[in-house]
Amino acid sequence: MSKILIVAEHQSGKLNPATAKCVQCASQIQGAEIHVVVFAADPVAIANAAAQIAGVTEVITVANAAHEHPLAACIAPQMAELARGYTHVFGPSTTFGKDLMPRVAALLDAPQASDIMAVESATRFRRPIYAGNAIITVEVAAGTTLVATVRTASFDAAPAAATAAKISIASPTAAIPAHTRFVSVSAARSDRPDLQTAKKVVSGGRALGSADNFKILYQLADRMGAAVGASRAAVDAGYAPNDMQVGQTGKIIAPELYIAFGISGAIQHLTGIKDARTIVAINKDAEAPIFEVADYGLVGDLFEVVPAFEKLVAGQ
Amino acid sequence: MKRILVSIKRVVDYNVRIRVKPDGTGVITDGVKMSVNPFDEIALEEALRIKEKGLAEEVVAVSIGPVDCQQQLRTALAMGADRAVHIQTDTAIDPGSAAKLMLKVIEREQPMLAILGKQAIDDDCNQTGQMLAALWGRPQATFASKVEIHGETAQVTREVDAGLEVLEVDLPAVITTDLRLNEPRYVKLPDIMKAKKKPLDTIDPATLGVSPTERLKAVKFDPPSQRSKGVMVKDVGELFTALRGKGLV
Repeated sequence: MSKILIVAEHQSGKLNPATAKCVQCASQIQGAEIHVVVFAADPVAIANAAAQIAGVTEVITVANAAHEHPLAACIAPQMAELARGYTHVFGPSTTFGKDLMPRVAALLDAPQASDIMAVESATRFRRPIYAGNAIITVEVAAGTTLVATVRTASFDAAPAAATAAKISIASPTAAIPAHTRFVSVSAARSDRPDLQTAKKVVSGGRALGSADNFKILYQLADRMGAAVGASRAAVDAGYAPNDMQVGQTGKIIAPELYIAFGISGAIQHLTGIKDARTIVAINKDAEAPIFEVADYGLVGDLFEVVPAFEKLVAGQ
Repeated sequence: MKRILVSIKRVVDYNVRIRVKPDGTGVITDGVKMSVNPFDEIALEEALRIKEKGLAEEVVAVSIGPVDCQQQLRTALAMGADRAVHIQTDTAIDPGSAAKLMLKVIEREQPMLAILGKQAIDDDCNQTGQMLAALWGRPQATFASKVEIHGETAQVTREVDAGLEVLEVDLPAVITTDLRLNEPRYVKLPDIMKAKKKPLDTIDPATLGVSPTERLKAVKFDPPSQRSKGVMVKDVGELFTALRGKGLV
């Protein structure tokens, strides 16, 4: 029987939607018992939210001021202690999960499968390699504890539960090291939908030409209730901050609608958007690779298309 | 001696278009160009800059794999690494084994920093640096976009989902590099010639007491699913109508 421990991700007292996606992934392992663990200075509200996810039978809380900011070096020893006895240990494939889970795996002397995109059985999973240009099916020997990060764009969020799971308190004794200290984190933009989970995303490439020009996309996004993304080239050029980057080394997203303005469509970018429901591409270059994956393609100048499109959206 | 260890992985070159073998047993690598993993080049560049600032005295490049890895180690030496260590094995190794082997080298070399690429562009695992830090019992600062050494500590800016996070870590520590940390220098012909005289030592994993393993086996390789073909629209009006029809605007 599989017993799966999932680490909850949370920010500012709110449970991150990635957690429900990890639960959905875990639920695809037949007959699995699924627990969620919350590490926080004050885990109560987060634990209550996690207890509402269908499929979860227990939420374990670890309250400690040392976990005010998630530091892999501080969480990993306690998580490894609590993870003994579980067959699978999951985290989201977000920067939080990617930073933490391998440290947990090493402490458990367990292998890790990164970016699981599909579950075939308790010991068999599919994951992308070579920036998604190949998909491998990996298998672990029965009886081996497996750590994994879950590719959130590949799973829907598990639905709400009919009844809340039980919540328990754990006091792991594993020492928390003092060698790593949080200094600061840049404030997340809160006025627009979060890029990772937004249903609609408008995105810009280096063709925007400047950080100032990105304003036309912010305007369009606000009109549409969309989030704004950027290609790596645009971020490298300083036109957009790194948290807007979509692609292999940025965010992997799965919105209902993704509109790419002036993005050529390098493989590494496409890997970040391949699970979008509808992809629209606007580019001056008719040969741009992005047109190979777009559901709707328009060859044109984004500086003409964006205001014209915004007008039509506003006119409704 | 203040030493920095940099790991160097030999991978299929960034620009190569990857194809899965028709029988599903692997990807086609015969005759394909191989290079230093781009994130590892960035790691080496950062180590060299720290040394050039006078904060380290020696940069040691380490690679694990078959004899062909020595080509990439020679590139690392040409870029400016002082010494190279080749842990020679033809067995497939997983990040856990790589971390255990690197730890053995760390125990011998006692570096102030181990800098690794955040992920290899072939397997995209993003695990080795974190595992190494755990086994070493030292801090990890992953996805670094800026590194500042201040005596016995380092301040590292990390690229995270929310934006930029700054951590302070006690040395020695493990840092993994993100793409914007730096732009690696080009290798110049005179440096390639000089590199031939620099030491490159080969070690058998058995002498380090580590048996490389691969506990997660790839049993099948498939190409990615293709999206169905889309349509080109002739103007903004047509695009808007199509999206509105789908309830997307």
